[in-house]
Amino acid sequence: MLTAAVLASITFAVTFGPANITPVDVWGSILHHLGLGPSPLEPLRDSIVWDLRLPRILTAGAVGAGLAIAGVVMQAITRNPLADPYLLGLSSGASLGAVAVLLLGSALLLPFAAFLGAMIALAATLVLAGAFGRITPGRTILAGIAVSALAGAVTSLIIFWTVTGDSYREILGWLLGSLAGARWPAVGIAAVAILVAGVPITLSGRVLDAFAFGDTSAATLGINVQATRWIMLTGAAVLTGAMVSVSGAIGFVGLILPHAVRLLVGPRHRLLLPLSALVGASFLIWADTAARSLFDPRELPVGIVTAIIGAPVFAALLARRRVNS
Amino acid sequence: MSVPAMNGLDAQRVTVRLDGRLIIDGIDCSAPSGAVTALIGPNGAGKSTLLHALATILPTEAGVIRFGDDDLLAMKRRTRARTIALVEQDATTELSLSVADVVSLGRIPYQGMFSDESVHDRAIARNALDTVGMSAFAERDVTELSGGERQRVLLARALAQEPRLLLLDEPTNHLDISAQLSTLALLHDLAAGGVTVMAALHDLTLATGWSDHVIVLSGGHVVASGPTGATLTPRLIEDVYGVHAEIIERQGHRPTIAFSPRD
Ligand SMILES: Nc1ncnc2c1ncn2[C@@H]1O[C@H](COP(=O)(O)OP(=O)(O)OP(=O)(O)O)[C@@H](O)[C@H]1O
Ligand SMILES: [Mg+2]
Repeated sequence: MLTAAVLASITFAVTFGPANITPVDVWGSILHHLGLGPSPLEPLRDSIVWDLRLPRILTAGAVGAGLAIAGVVMQAITRNPLADPYLLGLSSGASLGAVAVLLLGSALLLPFAAFLGAMIALAATLVLAGAFGRITPGRTILAGIAVSALAGAVTSLIIFWTVTGDSYREILGWLLGSLAGARWPAVGIAAVAILVAGVPITLSGRVLDAFAFGDTSAATLGINVQATRWIMLTGAAVLTGAMVSVSGAIGFVGLILPHAVRLLVGPRHRLLLPLSALVGASFLIWADTAARSLFDPRELPVGIVTAIIGAPVFAALLARRRVNS
Repeated sequence: MSVPAMNGLDAQRVTVRLDGRLIIDGIDCSAPSGAVTALIGPNGAGKSTLLHALATILPTEAGVIRFGDDDLLAMKRRTRARTIALVEQDATTELSLSVADVVSLGRIPYQGMFSDESVHDRAIARNALDTVGMSAFAERDVTELSGGERQRVLLARALAQEPRLLLLDEPTNHLDISAQLSTLALLHDLAAGGVTVMAALHDLTLATGWSDHVIVLSGGHVVASGPTGATLTPRLIEDVYGVHAEIIERQGHRPTIAFSPRD
């Protein structure tokens, strides 16, 4: 049913905006480009569907799914319900990596640099959290904030020194999280990340379940704790790196959507992971549609939309945790 | 001094160092199959550490741990998790799992990495929950249980692993007297069914009344071990804990101990 919701979201999101496109046109155009029959649209409008809106929306869906999966993994492995790629500094690290190679002029290396940045930021956050003593949720968040701040400062420095004029606005928009530039290559990058990291993680939900009562408990259930932790977190970094490289740092998707899904279906990962991915996909498709149509013809970076929705929810989660403990 | 254990657990020269501190210092100990072995000793003696080492989930620096014909330290992780279960001293979760879900975690060693639990797994988990008398709680949220209820759920999770060696760290912690007695009776039944049971116990009265063998630990060493009646003497209790003890035996009852401070 949720899969159907995602398909419907994709179809209807494409129809949003000027040019008067109907859902039937959307599928007609898709079939045409798959080599099945003529397009119902004249070339210009067909190009709006196939070259602009469809890749952008598919990217939004993949990014939403990927960030949600990365969030679930990080929450399970760090046993921290507030963990998410954005809060723990991965997104900022990935942005830094991306900006560094972008300005060196190598678009090909972008996803790899973003992955590397995410990985380094993750390691830095965990080491920093551990340096204060036992790794607790609170310390991890603080360490994540420190790492984010540092990575953000270095990113700003690089931009400040090297970027001039128009590209300034463009890069700023990307940093805040934007899907405006997403074309078919972006779909490719995001889809590869979903295939190599997202799908295997989604299927190994029982392994994440084993961590419910902590590392020792996972070990008694036959899990290789250290190896699993690093494989899973590397998977989260692959997803984050790939998604940041196509859409910038979009916050809160990895945090609030898994939470919402957990409230509905409980914390078992075999269910939580695929549902979070589907809900994440639908959510980001609609957030991005809102971002491009609310103030038409001006566009908001979608990261602002997710932050406006996500930040209050995050605050509510924090407040609830205080009541609980 | 140690009990010959052809079929049970037999550990030799087990040595554990944590953060550079020698916590378990070349311990020899054994637990025969078909019996309940109590592990006792003062706070910080190393009981929990030894149990984790015997469960082979701590890096041991030296030593051999055999169970029947198997070398536990050389065993594959999943095989090991089907052989040994450990009930931890104080395991908690923040996830709102149902009690039934928690118990079925014990089936993970029987599942492939990418597979979910089967009907068979669910049935075994249900049985385990029934065995500890918690069936009525199956759909309850585990984060909302009392300490004693949670303790019993975790025992059920261990049983769902269908272990041949069951290690328990303070299994009577948080339990009211009736639940304590039924837990120990359950451990006895399991032992009678062929499971090797070793439990760290603080309550010496429970140890005297309900264990077949004891291992007495102090400062990372075994100071005594053997059949409970012959080993757990007032003299030993005074030496290890520094309190006066008198063992009271009455017809038709399990023995108990009366304590008083040493002046
Ligand atoms: N990770 C660790 N690093 C360093 N020392 C540790 C660690 N864990 C435990 N210890 C120390 O090892 C000693 C034995 O601890 P252990 O938990 O095994 O004792 P115990 O007999 O189970 O005590 P209790 O009766 O209080 O449960 C203690 O002195 C403790 O401080
Ligand atoms: Mg202990």
